[in-house]
Amino acid sequence: MPQLTMGQALNQALKEEMTRDDTVFLAGEGVGVSIHDNPMLPTAGLLKDFGPRRVRDTPVSEAAIAGLAVGAAEAGLKPVVEIMFNPFFTLASDMIVNHAAKLRYLSGGKSTFPLVVRIKSGAGFGAGCQHSHNLEAWAAHCPGLKVIMPATAADAKGLLKSAIRDPNPVVFFEDMMLYFAPGPVPEGEHLVPIGQADVKRPGRDVTVVTWSRMLGVAFKAAEQLAGEGIDVEILDLRTLVPLDRAAILASVRKTGRLVVLHEATRTGGFAGEVAAVVMEQAFESLKAPLRRVTGPDIPVPASPPLERFYIPDAEQLVKAIRGIL
Amino acid sequence: MTIPKDKMLEMLHFLMLSRRFEEALTDLCRIEGKIPGMMILCTGQEAVGVGMVAALRPEDVIITNHRSHAHLLTKGADPKVLMAEIYGKRTGCNKGKSGTLHLALPEIGAPCTSTVVGAGPPIAVGRAFAQQYRNEPGITVCFVGDGATGEGSFHEALNLASLWRLPVIFVCENNRYAGAQRQEEHTRIENIADRAAGYRMPGVVVDGNDAMSVYTTALDARARAAAGEGPTLIECKTYRWRGHGESDPQLYQPKEEIAAWRALCPVARMRDAVRARGLISAEDLKAMEARVETLVQEAIRFAEESPYPEPHEALEDVYA
Ligand SMILES: Cc1ncc(C[n+]2csc(CCOP(=O)(O)OP(=O)(O)O)c2C)c(N)n1
Repeated sequence: MPQLTMGQALNQALKEEMTRDDTVFLAGEGVGVSIHDNPMLPTAGLLKDFGPRRVRDTPVSEAAIAGLAVGAAEAGLKPVVEIMFNPFFTLASDMIVNHAAKLRYLSGGKSTFPLVVRIKSGAGFGAGCQHSHNLEAWAAHCPGLKVIMPATAADAKGLLKSAIRDPNPVVFFEDMMLYFAPGPVPEGEHLVPIGQADVKRPGRDVTVVTWSRMLGVAFKAAEQLAGEGIDVEILDLRTLVPLDRAAILASVRKTGRLVVLHEATRTGGFAGEVAAVVMEQAFESLKAPLRRVTGPDIPVPASPPLERFYIPDAEQLVKAIRGIL
Repeated sequence: MTIPKDKMLEMLHFLMLSRRFEEALTDLCRIEGKIPGMMILCTGQEAVGVGMVAALRPEDVIITNHRSHAHLLTKGADPKVLMAEIYGKRTGCNKGKSGTLHLALPEIGAPCTSTVVGAGPPIAVGRAFAQQYRNEPGITVCFVGDGATGEGSFHEALNLASLWRLPVIFVCENNRYAGAQRQEEHTRIENIADRAAGYRMPGVVVDGNDAMSVYTTALDARARAAAGEGPTLIECKTYRWRGHGESDPQLYQPKEEIAAWRALCPVARMRDAVRARGLISAEDLKAMEARVETLVQEAIRFAEESPYPEPHEALEDVYA
């Protein structure tokens, strides 16, 4: 299987879907001509391949970008729009939260909104809190949005293709630090179903539920603990909404222990939802209290030691796991 | 209007300081691991910030954006604490929390640098509202780029500021680009200043590479604002010599265009004007250059010698 970075895998997904379906178009700031002349980025080269009818650079106007997607989707086009950094989700949020998410319901099911909002997210590049702020729990809290946050290049490709074909609004979070991470990616028609979690590492002793860039942290901790005979199961949610509750419950019923790991801040983070599902439906299987390992409740600071402090690491996860064994 | 000698020399000083401060940053960015994050410079467009802020009084407030170094230095920011913040050091003006993109210096009337494009104008409206509400003598100046005028927040803020006759000046630093987009690729109007008419406020176009023109235009707008006559939109036509950020290879900026604008260097222009009017001797100019160099080198040394914050300091200044 060819090795691609996540950025290349996303690029392949966009290219394949645009080739397959003329109603798919891209819009956003720098999706055509970018200040980054980098072939690893998801939209690289697409303006050249598909031309300005299909690949639209917009002014710095997030509300208009998201609204464009809503209006065009109602007309049957399949917009894939980009929000440059996760914090700017707030500027697009009226169109996404009050419109994309609600209009199908408000129409009594008559209209559909087949749109994808791609959002570049994650911390780790030293730009500080107005460029790094993971808001996936906000999107997940809003009924009417599907929420995807892939961790591997293959999943990124397969999920983006599914998202573009989905008749409903999908918010698709891409961790920018993963753009350059390589992995095997199936060629051609590779679809990953929305709403299906994936056991990335089977194990007996404890379940770690995670997604996006934190999958790497989970693997690091699991390898370290394997040396001590502790067998960690890693469940990659991939999709937050709809949530694969069955996969979470099956894993926890098997291991009896749960740690939820995410980069986003703690209070109101999606770990709370995962924890609630387990408490409601698999309480009797738990051999110990569940734990959360998350970013602390602070804006992401810019200085390198402070930003490192913010981002959850394997050491914290190992400690949390040891604490419940 | 003849600008007084002291003002001319002050502006020359801040033009040279901004230029040297950022040239040093360009060099430091080439050293792996030295400067975290994105580095966004105003090299080539310093006359906008310098000319505007030179027309202000200490009680005036500026709300600035990601391209803020000249604005802040001219407002009186200590180059040492700016440099230390840019390095991510504990002695920086924001203890390492902001980095170069969100420098906050309320102590000198520069409480907010927002890197969210278009966020400045509504905040400036609030700051100016407080000045009007308390009948204070100060006014507020808000810096935005040309691209920022694509955001709805810019338009909402101008309308409200005009409606309430707030003491605020909106400065559009039109450097021809918003990211990789040329002005004509993000708007069909030629002069951003034309937007002002839609809000019934004066809109003025000025040569943004001429600190003196910016300064005199700013004085007029300041007087208007302070007299309760409301806001002004000033568009300063200028150009950024470097990429959007230091990692931008500038493939979309024609080489000849950069060269043409380099020939209009705002620092050289002021230096020539000062010399032509006989306001400074060759010797004193050398001394001024030496002072600027010392300030920049001291700032770098201070940043280099300062410690990084301890990791747990990330949890300080948190209230909820
Ligand atoms: C709300 C928002 N959208 C997008 C960005 C990314 N971004 C940073 S600067 C910039 C271009 C801004 O252009 P302009 O306002 O002309 O200012 P300049 O950079 O030219 O000084 C963009 C799109 C951002 N910081 N904030």
